[in-house]
Amino acid sequence: MISPTVYLARHMQVMLSTLGQMIRSPMSNLMTIAVMGIALALPAGLHIILKNVQQVTAQWDGAAQISLFLKQSVTDKQAEQLTTILRQRQDIKSVTNITRSEALEEFRQNSGFGEALESLEENPFPAVIVIYPTEQSDNLLTVQGMLANFKDRPEVELAQLDMQWLKRLYAIMDFGRRGIWVLAAMLSLSVLLVVGNTIRLAIQNRRDEIEIIKLIGGTDAFIRRPFLYTGFWYGLSGGILSWLLVTLSIWLLSGPVSQLATLYDSDYSLSSLDLNSSFILLGLSISLGLAGSWLAVSRHLHAIEPE
Amino acid sequence: MIEFHNVSKRYPGFGDALSQVSFKLASGEMAFLTGHSGAGKSTLLKLIAVLIRPTNGQVLVNNENIGHISRRRIPYVRRNVGIIFQDHKLLFDRTVFDNVALPLVISGLSHREIGRRVRAALDKVGLLSKEKSLPITLSGGQQQRVGIARAVVNKPPILLADEPTGNLDPELSREIMDLFAQFQQVGTSVLIASHDLDLIAQMGSKVLTLNEGRMTAGGMHNEPQGGFR
Ligand SMILES: Nc1ncnc2c1ncn2[C@@H]1O[C@H](COP(=O)(O)OP(=O)(O)OP(=O)(O)O)[C@@H](O)[C@H]1O
Ligand SMILES: [Mg+2]
Repeated sequence: MISPTVYLARHMQVMLSTLGQMIRSPMSNLMTIAVMGIALALPAGLHIILKNVQQVTAQWDGAAQISLFLKQSVTDKQAEQLTTILRQRQDIKSVTNITRSEALEEFRQNSGFGEALESLEENPFPAVIVIYPTEQSDNLLTVQGMLANFKDRPEVELAQLDMQWLKRLYAIMDFGRRGIWVLAAMLSLSVLLVVGNTIRLAIQNRRDEIEIIKLIGGTDAFIRRPFLYTGFWYGLSGGILSWLLVTLSIWLLSGPVSQLATLYDSDYSLSSLDLNSSFILLGLSISLGLAGSWLAVSRHLHAIEPE
Repeated sequence: MIEFHNVSKRYPGFGDALSQVSFKLASGEMAFLTGHSGAGKSTLLKLIAVLIRPTNGQVLVNNENIGHISRRRIPYVRRNVGIIFQDHKLLFDRTVFDNVALPLVISGLSHREIGRRVRAALDKVGLLSKEKSLPITLSGGQQQRVGIARAVVNKPPILLADEPTGNLDPELSREIMDLFAQFQQVGTSVLIASHDLDLIAQMGSKVLTLNEGRMTAGGMHNEPQGGFR
């Protein structure tokens, strides 16, 4: 029986000898690694850009504001009462109450249609209560919850969130995120196929060797091992390359971006791949390398049988 | 060690390459397998190494019926059978040492043990000085001996050779045969397929003769017909 230390030593040896083989014939391997690196750098880079956009919009969130248009039947006094109740809420920073006559007055002064209004028997304007949420609750989700809550009040005719543009941006970003997932899935699949194809060629090149090893009693696991390690090395080097590509691109962009930020009086700077994302990128790449070689090996090894 | 009981092998589209073959080869026994071209010699050897499966009958190696063993077991059966091919089947991008070491690497032996055994095997075939050479730099006879060293390096109980002296001159052929006789003397069962009737006569071993897939000499003729499947 094989002792564990010998077994481990064998693995180490196969691992290093496959690396040695790759280094000895760099050109064909570099092609595969480059394809992997670029294919993985694309979704990773887009992911970083999206993350940066998210950070920027997070800083813009302070703009949320809810307007409650009250029913005509609501009296000034009732509106005042509602304002007082709202002021006491924890999630609201401040509330402004614009009565029906104030609204009319404001319109008269700003519009120049004063005389036309004189002829009306009744004041057509509703009373409006404008609500500014506190900083803590100033995010899209909470604010939308508040909005739904206010809509149900009996005094309220219409509740409106003055943040549609942000909502649309979020929707676009959500779309972008899904798009990146789709892209990542498709590119991962192509990475899988590229590795699989490279390993398939390697298997064909070593057909005689595989046949001889089978003849003298090599197990499938023994024959598989070097190909799986080759896949592992492809994955690792492809992952490192894609990390370098993303990091380099962010570094190239960071100069112009910080200049732009200065123009907007902001000290914003581009963030690159953090430790966590870097490990995920490497892990994904290695898994794809292993999976690709596993696919090739399990499909093509059985076909090679000694005669 | 090896027993065939009413073994038949049919190749689809060809017919029976072997029919109702029965014979025994004891532990430490050496035998020659002879017969005209196409008689079924290679087919018989392939059955012992599980390169092909019998259509009918039982192939027993070390009392195990290997005719129907699972795919996963095959490598372990082959480790007990050293095979020598006429075309050597060496790896031409590896040194002589690495070629001979391959069966031991497969078995997972330690480095030191591999070195020791490979050198012992190369010494036996007289090629110790060539361990660092590539096979391509060796003569046909030397390559054949590398193949023999690889076949015996893990001391298998069975040694098979298919036309091992096919294109060697008589003197070299004789040397190779003497080498096989030495393995037989230390308890290995040796079965050699050969056309070379003169050489076979010189060796004085048991002879199994095949004629159109039937064993006409050296086999067992009193097998109950159809008794084994
Ligand atoms: N894979 C195969 N498919 C079909 N027929 C085959 C196959 N292999 C061998 N045969 C046939 O089976 C018969 C026996 O072949 P085998 O190779 O065992 O003969 P042999 O005795 O080794 O001959 P030789 O001395 O020429 O090597 C031959 O007629 C051959 O044509
Ligand atoms: Mg033959």
